[in-house]
Amino acid sequence: MNCLVCIEYILIGVMILSAIFAVEWRDLLAAAVGMAAVSLFASILYLMLQAPDVAMTEAAIGAALSGAVFIFAIKRTQRFESEEEERPGWWIRW
Amino acid sequence: MVSILKRSLAVIMLLIIGYWLAQGLSGIPFGQDKMLVGKYYLDNVIRQTGAINAVTAVVVNYRGFDTLGEVTVLFIASTGVGALLWAKRRERTAKTEGSIVLKTGIRLLTPFVILFGAYIFIHGHLTPGGGFPGGATIATAFLLLYMAYTMYEIPRRAFENTEGVAGMSYVIVALIGLAIGGYFLFDWIWQTWHFGVNNVGRILSGGFIPVIYTIIGIKVGTELSGIIDNMLREEVRE
Repeated sequence: MNCLVCIEYILIGVMILSAIFAVEWRDLLAAAVGMAAVSLFASILYLMLQAPDVAMTEAAIGAALSGAVFIFAIKRTQRFESEEEERPGWWIRW
Repeated sequence: MVSILKRSLAVIMLLIIGYWLAQGLSGIPFGQDKMLVGKYYLDNVIRQTGAINAVTAVVVNYRGFDTLGEVTVLFIASTGVGALLWAKRRERTAKTEGSIVLKTGIRLLTPFVILFGAYIFIHGHLTPGGGFPGGATIATAFLLLYMAYTMYEIPRRAFENTEGVAGMSYVIVALIGLAIGGYFLFDWIWQTWHFGVNNVGRILSGGFIPVIYTIIGIKVGTELSGIIDNMLREEVRE
């Protein structure tokens, strides 16, 4: 098997994993970082699919600027943890 | 019981829709050379626009009006952020400075990041890139400055004026094309002046693509920096 294809599959797997984490993490800051990670891996994938201009835009807008905007928005809100009952994980809840 | 029924119904619906989409998409020959429009662009791009990079030739030259709309959308987004976060007096309220590593690194890196962004949009007709990635790269340089220094603010008045002038000059370049060639966004530098015909593949070619991409790069850079500035200043009550 061609190894570039293996790397692409690994990148897609990591992207899906970070997308699930971005939805499931309770900590909003961590979720924003997970969302930025999706964009970062997507930009590497665009580079491997020979679209370097899209990769540059994705890295600058998706990973850097929109992540920063989300983090600023989270900073403006207040942060509190409620002691509600433990929710079951996504694999049970769906 | 009802919820389990509902969920299983949802899963079955999702499976049906997914199967249907997969069936539909499996018939499309991805990656094969069947696009007549794309073939036309690839055959004629150097003769008609003078650009080596066919992507930016399509974005700025063949589909220039769409790009004007895109720039307008970005302008409306930036105006919306400014209007939503409007307050009579706003200041930066960050308390902690960046660490010494961050500050030193950013003092070293910022000029190079801005230079790289300018390189991306000036060479839009030769190498991958263009106005939007270049402008976003410049905006990340200002984001880094905001993160490192608690007192830093962009020169707001100058940035807003630059943004307005850049947006207007895009329309003015397009209107000169209307006056010379008879339609909006006519490439007058390439098709009337024949500027850089013997120079294809170097920087002084490509008709109005480098001109318009420089304008777009400056506009996008100042606009995204303005959005960051609006997000980071908070209202101060006396």
